[in-house]
Amino acid sequence: MTATDLTPRPGAAPVGRMLLAQTALETRMLLRNGEQLLLTVVIPTVLLVLFSTVDVVTVEGPGERVDFLAPGLLALAVMSTAFTGQAIATGFERRYGVLKRLGATPLPRWALLSAKTGCVLVTELLQVLLLSGIALALGWSPHGNPLTVLLLLVLGTAAFSGLGLLMAGTLRAEATLAGANLVFVLLLLAGGVVVPLSKFPDAVRPVLELLPVSALSDGLRSVLQLGGGVPWADLGVLAAWSVLGLAAASRFFRWE
Amino acid sequence: MHADPAVEVTALVKRYGDKTAVDGLSLTIARGAVTAVLGPNGAGKTTTIETCEGYRRPDAGTVRVLGLDPVAQAGQLRPRIGVMLQSGGVYAGARALEMLQHTARLYAHPLPVGPLAERLGLDSCGRTPYRRLSGGQQQRLALAMAVVGRPELVFLDEPTAGLDPQARRATWELVTELRAAGVTVVLTTHQMDEAEQLADAVAVVDRGRVIAQGSPDELRGTDARLRFDGPPALDLAALRKVLPDRAVVTEPSPGSYRVEAELDAALLAAVTGWCAGAGVMPDKLAVQRRSLEDVFLDLTGRELR
Repeated sequence: MTATDLTPRPGAAPVGRMLLAQTALETRMLLRNGEQLLLTVVIPTVLLVLFSTVDVVTVEGPGERVDFLAPGLLALAVMSTAFTGQAIATGFERRYGVLKRLGATPLPRWALLSAKTGCVLVTELLQVLLLSGIALALGWSPHGNPLTVLLLLVLGTAAFSGLGLLMAGTLRAEATLAGANLVFVLLLLAGGVVVPLSKFPDAVRPVLELLPVSALSDGLRSVLQLGGGVPWADLGVLAAWSVLGLAAASRFFRWE
Repeated sequence: MHADPAVEVTALVKRYGDKTAVDGLSLTIARGAVTAVLGPNGAGKTTTIETCEGYRRPDAGTVRVLGLDPVAQAGQLRPRIGVMLQSGGVYAGARALEMLQHTARLYAHPLPVGPLAERLGLDSCGRTPYRRLSGGQQQRLALAMAVVGRPELVFLDEPTAGLDPQARRATWELVTELRAAGVTVVLTTHQMDEAEQLADAVAVVDRGRVIAQGSPDELRGTDARLRFDGPPALDLAALRKVLPDRAVVTEPSPGSYRVEAELDAALLAAVTGWCAGAGVMPDKLAVQRRSLEDVFLDLTGRELR
């Protein structure tokens, strides 16, 4: 048995070090989780390759099939990480007392949430690099201003994070697991990700266009496929979801 | 040792809906000592501890920990305390050593992780994900996480529940060393031998209040029981005459005798002297002190809740 000097010497680590450590840990947890990788990496990649090379869904607009599909799957990637993955992971962290236990350490709550955001952004960066690489290999020719694309991705991340955290902080972990996966599939099919919204009946289309993933995929497509300017309407929809989601999450989130 | 207490709880009330979990509880915990909070399930132990840790806001009364308000001054308090929850608190996919290392990174002057893990037997399962650790390994990891930041004060909620004897001993040794190093330890337990072995002070909590407080010796008092065997049907009336008035002498089964009284050397001498005079050899003579468990059951009742 080794002697350990247990004499008290309390103190918090510098907040930058805590933030870095927490972001790194959250990211390791996500990348180690097989189900999360299925959601964030495997599904968007398979859909991109499959639908770009096989004529099973009807695409629209100029260019190759991949020019329609790549922006939609970038939107799906953002949703899978910021919403589905974050909701499920945070729901189980709440259930297993991880959030509670971290609350007793010097790590401030804002730093914990910032670390979660950092983890989401790191993962999205990896997703964007991977999907863009594959899309370029499939003949993708992106247009438009990269900064507009970045703005859309960031606002989309804020919108999905608010909704994901709202779900994780209010529902039971099992309900979050089921609900977040269901929402993922529904929005994948009905959110303009791979199926153009013009295929849906006129009665439901205006409603579907207000979904955050529709706004994000439509906005990304208007820039990357059509070479358009700043898609203000789509940004407005995403901004509204961000404000609503983050406000509701901060109001209703329960840590235990 | 400091003059001001580590923890001062005054008339604490905490309700959940219409259920009152803590009902006017007052408790003072000295610095540098080990204090055990004992009580039946649902007595309000965990609620009290979690209020001290800043997880719950009192409905009435005040709580001061190291002189600070655990909710309003949480930012100042948290670096100075270590917390072991009853269960959980670790990412399901995190490896044992990884989580301990991470917790250490949140403090300015943490203990070296390797030796701490080794002495708690966590080195062999260091790369095992939390969800695959045994219950005992999860408990020991939680204990290591509570002390790794070199706190002044640690709260341990049932630290040895479900541990095997070796792990329980390792935990006891660590608690003893924490006290020797000047750390204040507050622990809850159901195990009376744990409180007897470890605690300088014991607070018995029942129905949301402290119903008894003191050192284990003070709580046990001086009452004790003397037992001996001899020939059946001794003249107990004659024995009683040489003992103090309060003494109770019985023969529960033929040839087996009991004397219940405030025990001191004079009482022992009186009993053995009487036996010598009567020509009786007091066989299997034994002194049985009241255990903390007897005291606890007397205070909180014997019925199941």
